[in-house]
Amino acid sequence: MGYDLKMRVWRGDIDGGDLADYTVEVSEGEVVLDALHRLQATQAGDLAIRWNCKAGKCGSCSAEINGRPRLLCMTRLSDFDESETITVTPMRSFPVIRDLVTDVSYNYEKAKELPGIALGPRDADGKRRMAQIDVERGQEFRKCIECFLCQNTCHVVRDHEDNKPAFAGPRFFLRYAELDMHPLDTHDRRELAQGAAGLGMCNITKCCTEVCPENIQITDNAIIPMKERVADRKYDPLVWLGNKIGLRNKDYEGRTEV
Amino acid sequence: MSDNTGSHPAGAHPTTRHPMTGNEMSAAAAGGMERHTYDVVVVGAGGAGLRAAIAAQDAGARTALVCKSLLGKAHTVMAEGGIAAAMGNRWPEDNWEVHFRDTMRGGKMLNNWRMAQLHAQEAPERVQELEDWGALFDRTEDGLISQRDVGGHKYARLAHVGDRTGLEMIRTLQQRAVHLGIDVFMECTITDLLKDDGVISGAFGYWRESGRFITFEAPSVILATGGIGKSFKVTSNSWEYTGDGHALAMRSGANLINMEFVQFHPTGMVWPPSVKGLLVTESVRGDGGILKNSEGKRFMFDYIPEFFKSETADTEAEADRWYDDKKNNRRPPELLPRDEVARAINSEIKAGRGTPHGGIYLDIASRRSPEFIRKRLPSMYHQFKELADVDITAEPMEIGPTCHYVMGGVEVDADTQESAVTGLYAVGECSGGMHGSNRLGGNSLGDLLVFGKRAGEAATAYATSLGEARPQVDEADVKAAQVSALAPFEVEGGENPYTIQSDLQQSMNDLVGIIRTASELEESLSRIEVLKKRAETMVVEGHRQYNPGWHLALDLRNMLLVSEAIATAALARQESRGGHTRDDFPQADDAVWGRKNLVVSTDDSGQGVVLREQPLPEMPEDLKKYFAPAAAESPAASKEGK
Repeated sequence: MGYDLKMRVWRGDIDGGDLADYTVEVSEGEVVLDALHRLQATQAGDLAIRWNCKAGKCGSCSAEINGRPRLLCMTRLSDFDESETITVTPMRSFPVIRDLVTDVSYNYEKAKELPGIALGPRDADGKRRMAQIDVERGQEFRKCIECFLCQNTCHVVRDHEDNKPAFAGPRFFLRYAELDMHPLDTHDRRELAQGAAGLGMCNITKCCTEVCPENIQITDNAIIPMKERVADRKYDPLVWLGNKIGLRNKDYEGRTEV
Repeated sequence: MSDNTGSHPAGAHPTTRHPMTGNEMSAAAAGGMERHTYDVVVVGAGGAGLRAAIAAQDAGARTALVCKSLLGKAHTVMAEGGIAAAMGNRWPEDNWEVHFRDTMRGGKMLNNWRMAQLHAQEAPERVQELEDWGALFDRTEDGLISQRDVGGHKYARLAHVGDRTGLEMIRTLQQRAVHLGIDVFMECTITDLLKDDGVISGAFGYWRESGRFITFEAPSVILATGGIGKSFKVTSNSWEYTGDGHALAMRSGANLINMEFVQFHPTGMVWPPSVKGLLVTESVRGDGGILKNSEGKRFMFDYIPEFFKSETADTEAEADRWYDDKKNNRRPPELLPRDEVARAINSEIKAGRGTPHGGIYLDIASRRSPEFIRKRLPSMYHQFKELADVDITAEPMEIGPTCHYVMGGVEVDADTQESAVTGLYAVGECSGGMHGSNRLGGNSLGDLLVFGKRAGEAATAYATSLGEARPQVDEADVKAAQVSALAPFEVEGGENPYTIQSDLQQSMNDLVGIIRTASELEESLSRIEVLKKRAETMVVEGHRQYNPGWHLALDLRNMLLVSEAIATAALARQESRGGHTRDDFPQADDAVWGRKNLVVSTDDSGQGVVLREQPLPEMPEDLKKYFAPAAAESPAASKEGK
């Protein structure tokens, strides 16, 4: 049942730090976050960890486990050999605050840059009508728990810090796609997605999709369709001609460019 | 303990580091203290706090939203089933009167009738509003917002998004708040409320990230801090649920009511131990799931109380027909209110008919197709698959009761949510009255929205009415709050807060749990006294920057005070009703206890609690008619014949 797990946990702050070795008793069915909590309660009372729900629903406990970006609460110890040392480090793309806690304010800044939803008026009876099949596209993207693992993994910012100001990242491409596919939204944000949000910098290596704990098909269902929609708008000679002679793409009928 | 913000070289952090939160983290800030002036400060950024902040901002207040976690992580994300609102999208017969009656009956008539009424009347518009702001609810065939069944609601009434409605709600409100430009102070904990001559003048707290102190000067403070579940060992609640709002309100002179009523959700996971207590949504039962004991018996038919007999099916055949034909059949007993189901499960386990891991079986696999289950309950499918290696489309789940919700909270005015302290408001789980002795599924999310909006507006109106004559923050109080917050660093040789918390959780679980008796409640109170003594000398290692040990030490004070309030009220109420079950007083006593609330406040020392009884607010005659024996069916019964 129980056994002694060897762990290496990064301890430090913005001025630097190092991996610290621990041995902690763990038991059947536990996840990495359980092991860290036991460390906290028995050996390292000030070990900084960000977590909330411990059920994979809030997206707070993102970190890197043996180098892989994952949620601490959804990574089961049974995925590892009992003799294996588990190494836990903070997300690499964000500045560290302390130990496993990073400064993810980049993501909240990007959220502010996104223009919000703009629906038309309700139906005469005060309600709105949308078909289930039409809301499902957006619903997939709204499963996002904002763990920011996709943001952390995306090499556009992971390896190139200087891209951050011009790049919103996969999480917010999801949001652009969600708004673009909303059956009742009235804005056309394609220009913004391409320009201000830096959609064009993504070269669809699908790293974001691979680490998504919600299994959202970020690349296939959000980014690629958005890229196609942007391309339609910009380069398609038929669309250009259609616009000229007043025949417009029906998908964007009634939408105002913002 | 010296101020430690100096561990960050000033040059390394441009002051724009946290433009959204305003957290400058600069070592140069004098005394490590930051100050802000607002009209309304909202403490807590779950559904209630976000809705209150949006309402305040919309009403023209300068509004601050302060939360212990990152924005969008509050416990509302865990809400699964849906938002109860009588929109009539599935059942045109549904209306606020039916919802009102269901809510009152679910709370065993101990609810504040006015809150239950306002909630039932206003919830539909609050849901529509979420849709205006971008929420994508599941749809009916006609394209309207879909509504689903859970226990205690006569009609399918919960607006939902699969089984992740809470996430949809918090994200929608979060995006709205960001869009409105509300100032958000993330990972910032309020430890004291400040007063001037009896009225609120502000709030004091610290940045978790830096340990630096922060003072808000504001005439209106809205508490939206959620519940108390972290005082119990087996709970569906996250670490944040330490009763902060309850304790802050008490310490500042407000009252708590109904604290004896703690909801144990019937279905929490029981295995593996790591996830014990984690919620399994009631929608599993709403969508057809049934409860079975180790003998394979569908036992809920043995536990139908007299109070709900006329509206509950007494054969499996009728219960199974109900899912498709609600007009001619009565509800399955699995969909009785939560208190009834939790007690039944508890009895079966105690009688030795539990599962290998000490729960009972919740089975939807044998009743619905795998496609249906994955579509309707995607989070549950994911949760069991990932955390327990159980495929819920192929095998039953093992579940048992888990501490889920506190009906009790800050006593407030029903229309404005203002507490007994001028300028102090409370909304959502940390307020009390709305749910009486037991909350129905789906009524929490509605509560957050309806009363969040009301509180935001009332708090703004009050702040505006003051003009220039605002209450002032007393520097001596700020100094005292600082000393108090740093006390755990001053102690040498004490114990660590984790051990004290763990002992409290065990004690509350064992002695103040789902079934209670006088002797155990008395024992729990004496243990709390011992824990309070131990907490006086608890010690924290390390320094102030992002130090969970320190944060827990401060939260633990709140947990202890609130636990004492719960145990004290539970000992006093000598009957069983809703979320309060006394082994020594197994019956509800309507003549005596059905007429009063228990009110808890702090004693003269501020360290303990005192209790008094208070008559229930009198329901007006025009609402009483829904509960007259002749109207035993429902207000909409007459329309049903169509």
